[in-house]
Amino acid sequence: MSALLSLQGVHTHIGRYHILQGVDFDAAEGKTTMLLGRNGAGKTTTLRTIMGLWRASAGAIALAGEPINALPTPAIARAGIAYVPESMAIFSDLTVRENLVLAARDGPMDDKRLQWIFGFFPALKKFWLSRAGALSGGQKQMLSIARAIVEPRRLLLIDEPTKGLAPAIIGALIDCLKEIKRAGVTILLVEQNFRVAQEVGDDVRVMDNGRIVHQGAMAELAADVPLQNHLLGLALGAHQ
Amino acid sequence: MSAVDAGAALPRQKIDIAPAFAPLVIALIAAPLIGSSSTFITLTVAGLAMGLMLFTMASGLTLVFGLMDVLNFGHGAFISVGAYVATLVFLPLAGWSQADSLMPNLGVIALAILASAAACGALGLVFERLLVRPVYRQHLKQILVTMGGLIVAEQLLYALFGPQTIPLPLPTALRGAFVVGDAAIEKFRVLAMAIGLIVFIGEAVILNYTKLGLLIRAGVENREMVEALGYRINRLFIGVFMAGSALAGLGGVLWGLYREQVHASMGGDLMVLVFIVVIIGGLGSVGGCLIGATLVALVANYAGFLAPKFALVSNIVLMVVVLLWRPRGLYPAGGR
Amino acid sequence: MTILSGDPPRGPALIALLILIVAALALAPFLFPGAKSLNVAATILIFTVLVASYDLLIGYTGIVSFAHVMFYGVGAYGVAIALYGLGAGWGVLLLGVIAALPVSVALALAIGLFSLRVQAIFFAMVTLAVASAFNVLASQLDWLTGGEDGRSFQVPEALRPGFRLFEGRLFGVELNGRVLSYYLVFAAAALLFLALLRVVNSPFGRVLQAIRENPFRAEALGYRTVFHRTLATCLSAAVATLAGALSAIWQHYVGPDTALSFSIQLDVLVMVVIGGMGSLYGAIAGAAIFVLAQNYLQALMGGLSAAAGAAGLPLVAGLLHPDRWLLWLGLMFILAVYFAPTGIVGRLRRSPESSA
Repeated sequence: MSALLSLQGVHTHIGRYHILQGVDFDAAEGKTTMLLGRNGAGKTTTLRTIMGLWRASAGAIALAGEPINALPTPAIARAGIAYVPESMAIFSDLTVRENLVLAARDGPMDDKRLQWIFGFFPALKKFWLSRAGALSGGQKQMLSIARAIVEPRRLLLIDEPTKGLAPAIIGALIDCLKEIKRAGVTILLVEQNFRVAQEVGDDVRVMDNGRIVHQGAMAELAADVPLQNHLLGLALGAHQ
Repeated sequence: MSAVDAGAALPRQKIDIAPAFAPLVIALIAAPLIGSSSTFITLTVAGLAMGLMLFTMASGLTLVFGLMDVLNFGHGAFISVGAYVATLVFLPLAGWSQADSLMPNLGVIALAILASAAACGALGLVFERLLVRPVYRQHLKQILVTMGGLIVAEQLLYALFGPQTIPLPLPTALRGAFVVGDAAIEKFRVLAMAIGLIVFIGEAVILNYTKLGLLIRAGVENREMVEALGYRINRLFIGVFMAGSALAGLGGVLWGLYREQVHASMGGDLMVLVFIVVIIGGLGSVGGCLIGATLVALVANYAGFLAPKFALVSNIVLMVVVLLWRPRGLYPAGGR
Repeated sequence: MTILSGDPPRGPALIALLILIVAALALAPFLFPGAKSLNVAATILIFTVLVASYDLLIGYTGIVSFAHVMFYGVGAYGVAIALYGLGAGWGVLLLGVIAALPVSVALALAIGLFSLRVQAIFFAMVTLAVASAFNVLASQLDWLTGGEDGRSFQVPEALRPGFRLFEGRLFGVELNGRVLSYYLVFAAAALLFLALLRVVNSPFGRVLQAIRENPFRAEALGYRTVFHRTLATCLSAAVATLAGALSAIWQHYVGPDTALSFSIQLDVLVMVVIGGMGSLYGAIAGAAIFVLAQNYLQALMGGLSAAAGAAGLPLVAGLLHPDRWLLWLGLMFILAVYFAPTGIVGRLRRSPESSA
């Protein structure tokens, strides 16, 4: 299985803080890689560094073998990476439709694809012309993910999508992610919700103090409770 | 699957229209104080005309502030330069300007506007490259450097054109006023209002119906996310900066004709009012800018009549009142 | 060196420059006799205090304000109005100063508290607007301020030119009221400068710098940033007021263009940048260089401009005309912000002779 995304020795400094201290890992193509770790381990920083929002101070990041760490963020996005930030970052003054139009940069929106998205998130169809700022938290999260899939992308970087969402909506999200996986998209997913991690994740990378401290298959980690305790301080299943 | 959502009601679109009524409120307060209806009409028209002129000068600035967090204290340079370019255009076309016929009059003004907009747009590019770009993200330095730019521009105008005030007489057919009942409504003010409205409608259409406008509106809220969606927003910014400078130049032409004189310090002098407009309107909002400009101009005109000594102070009071009510201005753009 | 609050200037070149300037100022009546040179020296002293107080705000606390000259004006007008209205006496002088201070501090408080309510990005613009309004107000209240013409007034007898401390001369200079005024200004300026030095080297001063660097962190560490910033604003305003009082005492005249105009604010900005933000010694260097240039450079420019005119280069002559002195100042200012943001002080400190 070839690695679509690979990080080698990536360091990131923010001001005086040395957040990423040599991150090494691969994300296999077509697989969903979970990025787990305690709060403050550097997971969000890793995603932002890949996206070019923060510059790596050392190390190499490659997408399908092509180095991307020196590229500006728009170029990284155009290489085929979509980013769903923790804050969702939807444009509240724009309508739901306008948010998606913006995300569909390669041309007019594909109607079939839209219908597919509406299948998971009917709310978006219902509030199509409403101002995005008026949506509920869960609906905003749906919109944020919809933006990332409105056109085909090679790699999705998703940061804690289920944070603060109701269980029913999390169910819709899981279905959506599974569908996306079926289409062969590679996903790097930061997530604390164990149910999501287990149902969706193929591989897992665990971070601590700005480094990767464990790599392997999700299934193995899910079955190994003592290892979970050791790596994450408490069993994954405890977060619900 | 999402039965939870399907049943949810459409989010109530709470359109915030209270601030839009503020100019009306001001007018209603001033009316009884002024007494005479003809004076009131004259002052109100003057206020609306001035407001639309201020709007053309300020709208570019508020987008630049909102979009790129750039504090350009040198914006007044474009106003002055625009006015001076107008004098250069009027000089060889004196025949058009002196003809007592609308078409040539409008022609010379249109040419002046085009020339000023082009010159100021180009100057804006220079300004952005030389002064603003190198100190990106450092607010203190931006303020200092752009202020320096304003001073240098003003002094260069003095060196090139001389320190005296240069007259810019109104074209003949635009002199005088329409008489409506008891009130005199100056013809030029009507033209200025029309031009200002065209600018506003143009901006509104671009912002709301084009992809470019979409990018600007999104960028004003969250520049980083727009980049993460694959757009090179830096180029967009240069375009907006140049457009803002060009509009300031246009405003300078109108203001120069309004006052029938042009002076290098006029841009700098107007900046106080322009800043108040931008603050009141809210960063990044063209609609807010229009309301803000209307408010400032109405207050300036009414106070200028009722208590001339305190006209500027009354605008400060207005600013303080608005900020106490809405700390981020009347219609700040989303995310900030 | 406790008189310098443990914060002596560092770097031999800087120390040499400062000693030179201070010595020249201390002995100015004897070294540079003549009304104009004494005036230049006194102006340097007064601006040093004003710029130092501004540096407290912009350099140490990181607050950009365009309303600083307003406080200077309050001090100047306070003294002027008192001496004009109540006659020339030391008590009246003191009264003017004491009356001006609370006005300034109240204004500073109002601005400071208002700034809490609004976005940081608005603050600079708001101060600009407030300063403009204040100027206009001062001109309009002409029954109090003398309007555009300002106020001329008598100072206490000991400070008048006709006064003699004793007959005869000291080192060739007669000790008249002008010289006494000069030394009054010198003493006051020195005291105020040393007091500011004390403030920035105190724990309070350190907290201000922490706040400037990272307000959120400072807040997280438990420092009440609001309190500190407000206090810094008020202190800075108070010192500026005293500088204004000194300028009134020296000039025997106060008017909108000498005490309130925005061009003074711009001059202060230039001085603080050229001298070096974040270092009070920069105020001394910046003020000295600026005032000297302002007074003597224009003469130089006049000569160059005439030469260019004679050589048939009207554009160059126009650009070098002494009235265009601001053009070159503006260019130097922009270059200073880019290439020498730490000002003269920063440049001299980094000179090769200074070790570590």
